[in-house]
Amino acid sequence: MRFAVIQFPGSNCDQDCVHALQVLGQEARLVWHQETKIDPEEGVILPGGFSYGDYLRCGAIARFSPIMPAVKAAAERGQVVVGICNGFQILCEAGLLPGALTRNEGLHFRCEKAYLRVETPASRFTSHYVTGETLTIPIAHGEGCYRASPEILQELEAQQRVLFRYCNVEGQVVPEANPNGSSHNIAGICNAQRNVLGMMPHPERCCEVEMGGTDGRGILLGAAGIGRKI
Amino acid sequence: MKAKEFALKLGLTEQEYGTIEKGLGREPNENELGMFSVMWSEHCSYKNTRRELRKFPTTGPAVLVKAGEENAGVVDAGDGLALAYKIESHNHPSAVEPFQGAATGVGGILRDIFTMGARPVAFMDSLRFGRPEAKGEAGKRTRSLIHGVVSGISHYGNCVGVPTVGGELVFDPAYEGNPLVNVFCLGTLRHDQIRRGAAKGVGNPVFYVGAKTGRDGLAGAAFASRDLTEESKADRPAVQVGDPFVGKLLFEACLELYARPDLVVGVQDMGAAGLTCSTCETASRGGSGIEIELDRVPQRETGMTPYEILLSESQERMLIIVHKGREKELKEIFAKWGLDAAEIGYVTETGKVVVKAGGKVVADVPARLLADDAPVYEREAKVPAQLAEKQKLDLKKILPAQPKVKEDLLKLAASPATGSRRWVWNQYDHMVGLRTVGKPGSDAAVLRIEKPGGGWVHVAMTLDGNGRWCAQDPREGSKALVAEACRNLACAGAVPLGLTDNLNYGNPHDPEIFWQLREGVEGMADACRFFDLPVTGGNVSLYNQSPAGPIHPTPVVGVVGKVEDGVRLVPGVFGKGGGAILLLGTQESGGLGASLYLQEIHGVLVGKLGKVDLAMEKKLHVLMRGVLKLTGVRSVHDVGEGGILWALAEMTFGEDSAGAEVTFASGQGERPEEALFGEGAGRILVEVEEETVAMVEQLAKEAGVGCHRIGKSGGANLQITCGSVKECWGVRELRKLFTESLPKALEG
Repeated sequence: MRFAVIQFPGSNCDQDCVHALQVLGQEARLVWHQETKIDPEEGVILPGGFSYGDYLRCGAIARFSPIMPAVKAAAERGQVVVGICNGFQILCEAGLLPGALTRNEGLHFRCEKAYLRVETPASRFTSHYVTGETLTIPIAHGEGCYRASPEILQELEAQQRVLFRYCNVEGQVVPEANPNGSSHNIAGICNAQRNVLGMMPHPERCCEVEMGGTDGRGILLGAAGIGRKI
Repeated sequence: MKAKEFALKLGLTEQEYGTIEKGLGREPNENELGMFSVMWSEHCSYKNTRRELRKFPTTGPAVLVKAGEENAGVVDAGDGLALAYKIESHNHPSAVEPFQGAATGVGGILRDIFTMGARPVAFMDSLRFGRPEAKGEAGKRTRSLIHGVVSGISHYGNCVGVPTVGGELVFDPAYEGNPLVNVFCLGTLRHDQIRRGAAKGVGNPVFYVGAKTGRDGLAGAAFASRDLTEESKADRPAVQVGDPFVGKLLFEACLELYARPDLVVGVQDMGAAGLTCSTCETASRGGSGIEIELDRVPQRETGMTPYEILLSESQERMLIIVHKGREKELKEIFAKWGLDAAEIGYVTETGKVVVKAGGKVVADVPARLLADDAPVYEREAKVPAQLAEKQKLDLKKILPAQPKVKEDLLKLAASPATGSRRWVWNQYDHMVGLRTVGKPGSDAAVLRIEKPGGGWVHVAMTLDGNGRWCAQDPREGSKALVAEACRNLACAGAVPLGLTDNLNYGNPHDPEIFWQLREGVEGMADACRFFDLPVTGGNVSLYNQSPAGPIHPTPVVGVVGKVEDGVRLVPGVFGKGGGAILLLGTQESGGLGASLYLQEIHGVLVGKLGKVDLAMEKKLHVLMRGVLKLTGVRSVHDVGEGGILWALAEMTFGEDSAGAEVTFASGQGERPEEALFGEGAGRILVEVEEETVAMVEQLAKEAGVGCHRIGKSGGANLQITCGSVKECWGVRELRKLFTESLPKALEG
């Protein structure tokens, strides 16, 4: 499948996403934020980084980029849209996903491996996994604390839209395993149509053994519509 | 004010003023004097150290761009790939404004690298502060400096998307009044992508690109060339303010520009001395002149005087000279990235930098006079009066009658001086770019770099300094540093290609300080020659002293190397256990002179490090690279600060590391503490599978290097037997102390 990796000024995981997708046998092209078109058969990746320097608020300016109406239209048409890290923040600011990402509870930027519990295989992004499976995927953010109103959190839970939660190495979702103070230990969610994923951890950073692990492969392959080989 | 008075006020000497007047053939105006004061500061001209720096070996088959030629050195990494790298200090700015001081240090070295045409791929930092656990105001101030510097580096480095992959963090009272912040950057490029900072081609347009000019960082280079005093806080306006977002846009725009064939003539970043430095250096290198109009310089404040515009050190700005007729292409690229690009002048044949404001000439100076003809001084050097006394070591007076090794190691593990640096590197994005192999905290950082034709080259790098060793014996200390850096690379299977140095010393007008510097340079130069390691440039930072006194003499070296084909990279910590532990190299401990052990456990800095056997060291490195090509090698760690016992302890600090059981003898008439904690060079610990032992022994025998089996990994304890000493520690307990000491000291 082909992906459009959106390049905002200040994106810095754009090339990494292209590389990871190519490693997985997918096509990827960089799309500058001032472009306005996304092909109907493409998947869309909003990569990590510091779009517009993250001034004002993470992702707050990027949502006004000329490419964003096309991203919204793609999401509405049911195309795959994945926001990673800063991309997740942009999706929330743009209203494609509910809630917001605020400053980490510990106030520091944190770059380290995180353990994620897969909450449901019922999405293309998690179709490679079983419920309760533990993945090791790195995080690298200063503002990854997921916040939403009690009503929204309830709705996310009721509709099984929380796809990943921070957990400990044994797979238990406990407060100590929460690196940023996110509500319900949320690491990644999808929209109601289940075609838009936002997650703080970086699956593109763990698709090769040399980079320290391959647990991110399933997420990106799933996004590409490729099922798990049995 | 008369010109001469003004010159003296700016820090120029009477003699220097005379040279300027003579060179110009008339009385200089204030703008010109401002330009000379920064260009002839130590920071820009190396006027106090140039004679010493000439002692470094600077050539070699791998050198593509030599020291002093351009903004950074470049070496050949094979397969058409080149490495551009350099270290730079931001000590003074970080002392008065830690967050911006450190952040702009990162931004500055980043520009040096992409100016060369390279894509920046990694940062490392060497940081030195006072003791964070100190009580009262001193400790409070140190902790706030550490927080500021680490978050400044994290702020800039993370945002520009270049990983910070390692470095060093040292706490010593010697740096309490004057912290050291040295930043290293590595970039990669193809040979044909190397850019030069020369203004050539009469009539070619000169562009100013990047951020707008403001009043920040006025005469920062001159500020960096003075002692730190109580009044230094008043120099805060000399500290620049960084904008990493613009830094990122600027390097992406420049790389896009460079990719256009035959467009760019020359590039120079505007760092220290800003517009002044970039115009006179490019003109001087090109053997040409430059004329600029200041009214065209993008400004973010109104009412700036020519003096301010010429001396501003506002960040994220570059000077670019393109071929005439290609202006539109440059403008389009910078417009795409949302950056200013103003044509401010053109290349001339006059050999002069002519500056106009409102059409009127406000400065007219020969480029060479400014850039290259700064005076060179021979400073007086004198062996410090106290040195012989400081070098004496009487262990009987220091060590207890009965060794207390059990307690000693627990204390060491609990000290922030040795504790895990995870608190720091967790705040740095060390993975972005998908090149970082392994985690920070190893002997050397390893990156994979894409070859021009596909596939990967692996590159290793390390930063090493040791103020304690150099304070006690600047010559041998510097030699030991170079040996250690090369040993660190050997632990990653890499052959060193080039070295960049940051010479951090006190005030060079003090003959005892200048002696330290000269000894340091000569020691380093000797070792570099021995290892066939060219010095490709770096930075000199002098005047590192506060009312409390000068810092330890602290040269810091950054060495880059290429991992040999066939090497398998292994971690620096034990895995599940069951391996044999071998000590490669010498069995001599080197004694406790200048050791971390004496400072941390007994509170004294006395004696000196044992002499480094460079010939043996070199053989050891060759052996190490050979051993890493064998199957069955599990982990490798070099013996450095804290000696062999601390090295073993560190090997048990992996997340799931087993313990070890080790036995070795102390030397004749040696105290067990010396054998355990001595920091002598030339030793590496290797953990291998049983079946591999014989092969390693064979290789060592052929290489003429010692190989001693000292124990095995496994179990939940670290057990050692050394002469009369038999001790045991729980690995979990040690690891807990090691992990918690730094966060505890910094966050309480």
